[in-house]
Amino acid sequence: MMRNTLTAWFVALVVLMLLAVPAYARLANEPFALTFVSRILVFALAAVSLNLILGYGGMVSFGHALYMGLGAYVVGILAQHGVSNGWVQLAATMATCALVGLLTGAISLRTSGIAFIMITLAFAQMFYYLFVSLKQYGGDDGLSIPARSEFGLFSLASPLALYFTALALVLLSLALTRRLVVARFGMVLQGCRINERRMNAMGFPTFRYKLTAYVLSSMLCGLSGLLYANLTGFTSPAYLAWTLSGELIVMVVLGGMATVFGPLVGAITLLVSEEILKALTDHWMAVLGPLIVLVVLTARRGLYGYLLDIDAWRARRQRAAANATGEQP
Amino acid sequence: MTCMLQIRQLSKRYGGLLATDQLSLSLASGELHAIIGPNGAGKTTLIGQLSGEVAPDSGAIEFDGQDITALLPAQRALRGLARSYQITSVFPEFSVLENVTLAMQAHRGHSFGFWTPMLAQPALVEPAVRAIAQAGLSERCTSKVSELAHGERRQLELAMVLVAEPKLLLLDEPMAGMSHQESGNVVRTLQGLKGRYTMLLVEHDMDAVFALADRISVMVYGRIIASGTPDDIRNNEEVKIAYLGEEALPL
Repeated sequence: MMRNTLTAWFVALVVLMLLAVPAYARLANEPFALTFVSRILVFALAAVSLNLILGYGGMVSFGHALYMGLGAYVVGILAQHGVSNGWVQLAATMATCALVGLLTGAISLRTSGIAFIMITLAFAQMFYYLFVSLKQYGGDDGLSIPARSEFGLFSLASPLALYFTALALVLLSLALTRRLVVARFGMVLQGCRINERRMNAMGFPTFRYKLTAYVLSSMLCGLSGLLYANLTGFTSPAYLAWTLSGELIVMVVLGGMATVFGPLVGAITLLVSEEILKALTDHWMAVLGPLIVLVVLTARRGLYGYLLDIDAWRARRQRAAANATGEQP
Repeated sequence: MTCMLQIRQLSKRYGGLLATDQLSLSLASGELHAIIGPNGAGKTTLIGQLSGEVAPDSGAIEFDGQDITALLPAQRALRGLARSYQITSVFPEFSVLENVTLAMQAHRGHSFGFWTPMLAQPALVEPAVRAIAQAGLSERCTSKVSELAHGERRQLELAMVLVAEPKLLLLDEPMAGMSHQESGNVVRTLQGLKGRYTMLLVEHDMDAVFALADRISVMVYGRIIASGTPDDIRNNEEVKIAYLGEEALPL
């Protein structure tokens, strides 16, 4: 399956490094490293979910943090009422995100382009103010979570368990994306991005497929919210702020839209460079901003796209070389 | 011969312009019927009404014995009425095979498969490979569409229509913008398909039309002024005056 390509080596390297993080954190006695990479993984999961609709489906949702916030609040609210069973929280998160995704998606997907961007933003802001107004759940100040999710076999109170759960979910979501986008469903989804009018003419009820993708993406993003609440032990309206939605878009675009591995690359790149630049200067945004602009302008498919382009170029050269030697004798 | 398509008293008005004026036409099963006429005669509007993208003001369209006037384009497509586009509108980021397989998928009901790759499903891929061969594009099977020449894209367009084995093919200027050699390829391809499919051809290339058509209808200002075999049309005085000018046909 894995061919000898740059991207294959790169993916293997990233996965190995992610597997080694807990050992490094313990040996170097830097527990912060584990928390930091956990945060990267949580955002990567959200970015993977966004990539499904933004990258592959061409639906630019500017309110995807909504589902991260919903996941976090489901954990927070249930924990406040003494329910810290992880499976119950998981089921509640999935049900909530599916329901909200179905309702808002069914309305948003009547539009496209700028209107779709604005309407997804509007829905996210609606829920933002809803949680601000819920004084019994902390309102503006947010909600401290008294107990982390208990999954029976393991508890997300353990930083190590949280880390490996997040890593497993990210890898699983990447594998799922890889299969999904070339399966019947994924091809229809991509067709909708490239030429929706033609898809309709060919007899595809495109709305149904786009809505399914939107709901699927919402649920996956809700999962990242569940993890995020457990990571910080806290949830607040800021978890569904539009700035966070914007950050998710930047991750997807920076890493590579409509590439399987891109969102993970984007999440790592954005959060790591943010951390490094913050240590160097107070004006880190002034440095990071132009860097992002540079990547977006020069790379059609983000940073991961660079690697894909190099692979494609090498494959072409090999084919050309094979043709040349084939003709000589 | 059974009747495949029956158009009755079809009318469409755009403001002051009658694009289709009480038009009636019938196509026998297996026939290749060409429609010619000067620019602005309403040929593309007619094709649009047949495929369902343009709603007629009045009149009826009967396809394979059923009234389809009120059906949506997708519903008509699924019943076997397929159209190719004057402006190529394929999926440039996909390969030729992916384009045609996707078109096949449209005719296989649902597409809620989340796991098995589309190109690993013989039920979809085999008909696609056959259709690509019929359209004469086998050599470019794995090429990305963005790498194809204009003429090849039109052939792809044809393959995407053929894959569903439609009962009626609406061909809207399949040779538009093609080089002489490319349009020769399409003529040969269509000749190979004649008899197997009922086809309605709108085309400006007169060599192609007279070489291919069983019957020709001449359309002027939304009306059909003459209908008959290529020989009839060639010798029709009214056609000569209305459409071809005073000069004789250069054939």
